[in-house]
Amino acid sequence: MKPFTYERPKDIASAIKAMRANPAAKFLAGGTNLLDLMKSEIEHPPHLVDIGRLPLATIETTRDGGLRIGAMTTNTQVASDARVRSLYPVLAQAIVSGGSAQLRNKATTGGNLMQRTRCAYFYDTAKPCNKRLPGSGCAALGGLNRNSAIFGTSEACIATNPSDMGVALAVLDARIETLTAEGATRSLAVADMHRLPGDTPEIETELAAGELITSVVIPPAPVGGQVYRKVRDRASYAGALVSVAAVAGRVAWGGVALKPWRAEKTEAALAAGMGIPEAVGAELATAEPRGPNSFKITLIGRLTAAALDETLAGRRA
Amino acid sequence: MSSVKDWAVPNPVSENRSGIIGKNVDRYEGRLKVTGTAPYAYEVEPPSAPAYGQAVSATIARGRIVAIDTSAALASPGVKLVWTSENVPKQAARGERANPRSQRASNPAMGSDAVEFYGQTIAFVAADTLENAKAAAALINVTYDTQPATVDFLASLDQAEMPPGEDDTEIGDFSTGYRESSVKLDETYFSPIANHTQMEPCATTAWWEGDKVTVHTSIQMVKGGQHALAETLAIPSDKVHLITRYIGGGFGGKGQSYDDLTLAALAARELNQPVKVAYTRQQMFQATIHRPAVQMRVRLGAEADGRLNAFSIEAITHCARNVPFTEHAANFSRSLYASPNRLTGHRLVRMDLPGAGPMRAPGEATGMLSLECAMDELAEKLGLDPIELRIRNEPTVDPETGKPFSVRQLVSCMREGAQRFGWERRNPLPGKVQDGRWLVGIGMAAGIRGNFLLPAKAGIRITADGTVTLSQGMTDIGTGTYTILAQITAETLGVPLDQVRVELGDSDMPPAPGSGGQFGAATAGSAAFETGMVMRRTLAEMATGDPNSPLFGVDPTLVTFANGNIALENRSESLSTLIERVQPEGVYVEGSISPAADARDWSQHTYGAQFAEVGVDVVTGEVRLRRMFGVFAAGRILNAKTAKSQITGGMIWGIGTALTETNPIDPRYGSFLNQDMAGYLVPSHADIVNVDSMFLDEVDDKANPLGIKGVGELGICGTGAAIANAIYNACGVRLRDYPMTPDKVLKGLIAKGL
Ligand SMILES: Cc1cc2nc3c(=O)[nH]c(=O)nc-3n(C[C@H](O)[C@H](O)[C@H](O)COP(=O)(O)OP(=O)(O)OC[C@H]3O[C@@H](n4cnc5c(N)ncnc54)[C@H](O)[C@@H]3O)c2cc1C
Ligand code: SF4
Repeated sequence: MKPFTYERPKDIASAIKAMRANPAAKFLAGGTNLLDLMKSEIEHPPHLVDIGRLPLATIETTRDGGLRIGAMTTNTQVASDARVRSLYPVLAQAIVSGGSAQLRNKATTGGNLMQRTRCAYFYDTAKPCNKRLPGSGCAALGGLNRNSAIFGTSEACIATNPSDMGVALAVLDARIETLTAEGATRSLAVADMHRLPGDTPEIETELAAGELITSVVIPPAPVGGQVYRKVRDRASYAGALVSVAAVAGRVAWGGVALKPWRAEKTEAALAAGMGIPEAVGAELATAEPRGPNSFKITLIGRLTAAALDETLAGRRA
Repeated sequence: MSSVKDWAVPNPVSENRSGIIGKNVDRYEGRLKVTGTAPYAYEVEPPSAPAYGQAVSATIARGRIVAIDTSAALASPGVKLVWTSENVPKQAARGERANPRSQRASNPAMGSDAVEFYGQTIAFVAADTLENAKAAAALINVTYDTQPATVDFLASLDQAEMPPGEDDTEIGDFSTGYRESSVKLDETYFSPIANHTQMEPCATTAWWEGDKVTVHTSIQMVKGGQHALAETLAIPSDKVHLITRYIGGGFGGKGQSYDDLTLAALAARELNQPVKVAYTRQQMFQATIHRPAVQMRVRLGAEADGRLNAFSIEAITHCARNVPFTEHAANFSRSLYASPNRLTGHRLVRMDLPGAGPMRAPGEATGMLSLECAMDELAEKLGLDPIELRIRNEPTVDPETGKPFSVRQLVSCMREGAQRFGWERRNPLPGKVQDGRWLVGIGMAAGIRGNFLLPAKAGIRITADGTVTLSQGMTDIGTGTYTILAQITAETLGVPLDQVRVELGDSDMPPAPGSGGQFGAATAGSAAFETGMVMRRTLAEMATGDPNSPLFGVDPTLVTFANGNIALENRSESLSTLIERVQPEGVYVEGSISPAADARDWSQHTYGAQFAEVGVDVVTGEVRLRRMFGVFAAGRILNAKTAKSQITGGMIWGIGTALTETNPIDPRYGSFLNQDMAGYLVPSHADIVNVDSMFLDEVDDKANPLGIKGVGELGICGTGAAIANAIYNACGVRLRDYPMTPDKVLKGLIAKGL
């Protein structure tokens, strides 16, 4: 691990100032992803701004009956919040399906959304990886890519975004609120905050350098059932092969793209009154398998059909 | 030489007067471990501040190093030395054995510029801190001349050869027997490479005093490590003091030493300073041995009544090009079921991978994955219950050697397990039981694992305060060896358990072979017992020969030992009084065990029956264990608690084998895909639901004087097959390709129209 400097500002203004002073600095939240990446010599930030003491760890009810979740709330805190559990069970289910209890106790809402891919080649510094070392190539292409993406891939990168929480937030139409290094605030849909890889897989989000996520705002809960289902190789403590968040007629997928994937064609087809299998098929028709990961297409299709059956109880094709 | 008849004579352990043998005794070192105060090799405090070493690994599978640029590393902060094959201190050539009595040959680090596997050590850095060593290691730039490598096992099966010094074993005439059988099965099964994934990496702390090196290292065999290092450094073995007090998991993977040991010793000599070297988690995957993949073709020919008429397993496996090792996946079957016509054997593909080597129950753990599924498949073809099929093929003597069994309770294990598990509730038709979205099924498999006794010694000292100290160059790899040795010693000498200390893992102590092949407890325990018996005779003679002892003049063979006293009828004195008076400096004796001359006249094994209930998610193909139960027969049980931990631990490993564990080799690089525990999936707590086990009452008086056998490896034998059979019973999908991940199960479900 390379030497780095560290500070722990007490207020948001100092945090932003620190970032302006050192554009290559990184925010340190729970550290469950960033510290691993630093120890593995994948990230080498010269300076860490620990945001652990910033007053961003509360969950408030918004005026319209939604929730504003501070970026520094822990995954455990959010998943066990009574309002979250009753209004957004899909979010609580998604969070507890991630990691282990120990990780969830440390992991934060902001950090979870910003976590990087779990692509095995990304973690192996001896292998080419455009995301880790732009221009070096993509070892997963033509490699052991059973767990790579089927939507929105490019010849530069076929990795997936590993967040479970993000999939639930995407289906709930949640938005992040941020503060740029220049002090401007803005808001972005969770479903739009990550970039698809294109030619620049190293650029992962729409956030500018030094931009701080301050909170996540969830609009009032939609009417209807909510469900999160995650398929994984072991019962716990494993990333998704695929996952689905379904809320009424809305669907988001995990494990299939470099971002939480809203299945918009499926949603449109459902809204147009199409049966579940056809509606699911509408989105899947655009999937691009890469050999070993082609099972994901069938799997996400079956999983989504089952989830929709559950949330749209009674509406069978 | 002794005979097993001598072993059958009642002795303090079989009499078990204090009742300590078999009890739920807590771990001797448990408190140290759970409080984080047991010093493992890397944590041992050296006599002065250490330097930290970091090995650099090759990133090609085969070739030569053309150039290696270490200038940036040398200039990096805190760096004390950088070695490559060009400047590493001279070591004996690989395979050299200056002392013919050495148990291991020389194994130099960076012995040449040739790369033989991905992960091989090609450079080494020592620095003032671990971080500086790692940062410098990352700056080393290597240019290779890459040569074509054989790394894809299934694509290289045509290169399979007969393993060195082996032959197929044929009894009767297999092909005729098979041809003439009325019901036949011919299926091929595959189990992939598995990594040991010990929690503690290979690690060494080394320092020199004059021409003698002290190494604290994590190795299962103390003598093996001592000799390997001495041969490599070309020094006499008494110049190597090797200590291995605690091991954070070995499982066969630490049966040998690695470059951490060699490089720590070399660097400590060069720097005249203690040096610590540990493998990284990534190096543990890439650069230590693994369990090889095995492809197994099973052919069974049976009569309509289920009796096997022909039986064959042909196992193809692999090893490193220059390090022969055969995963003997067919051997166990030679003692399992009766059949007049039998053909078993192995083939080996030499590959450019790290060494293949032993992992918990080598041979059985993989082999049983095939045969025990095949028996389930055959039972279905015959319309027989799988347990009944096995009972109909129960041999009366060892089916290949004709030797009698020392004791064999396989059928009792299956019957007891069936009854306790509720086997009669199994619907023989697959796919008939549904619980919500789960299809539920149950399956079983038999288990067998050989039993061994090796020569070993031990020493016991009793001091004037009555403290009894057993010392032995044995290791405890986390199985409970400290604890059972304390129990055996306490019972043999009739002293309370808290008066007994156990010191292990030091090459200066009387040697024992170490931990492996589930021979540890039997071997080390028997040596401790024999040493205890020597101590009894010594003390009896001391007392009866001392005019000041109340036992003066009595027949020394009649005295008894209990509650810390030596006694005959109402005459008695405490051991501490006796020693204080007669030999205040304390009494020390050594004793030993060696296999009885006639022990191999019996076929000796441990047995088990494994029962599993799984749910298969009918939508996703995910398999989740619902419950598992195993019944085992493994001789006398010394400690109910540690034995159960071992046996259920083995079962848990087998669950991982069945459902999650695999590490594919990327054929482009010859490297493992997964190199951390987030990617290489062993079972998590949530995977292990309701796993339980029991032992049948048993004493094997042909095994050793204690009547005990190994339990460390038996638990994994048959587990995976029981789960595979349960999956089939749940959903009708028969998979022969481990592990049974959702993608594979899903394919089967879809093929069945589910
Ligand atoms: C073994 C393992 C298994 C896991 N399994 C799962 C799983 O199954 N599902 C799942 O969803 N996750 C899983 N995770 C990931 C885990 O959820 C993330 O590591 C965690 O959510 C990251 O949060 P953190 O607070 O620790 O972030 P950190 O590690 O502190 O930061 C991560 C990144 O986010 C940036 N960042 C943090 N906060 C902010 C902010 N407020 N504004 C802007 N940038 C910010 C940091 O600069 C850094 O780049 C797993 C992790 C591990 C180690
Ligand atoms: S898929 Fe993306 S993260 Fe994985 S190796 Fe390719 S570029 Fe790197």
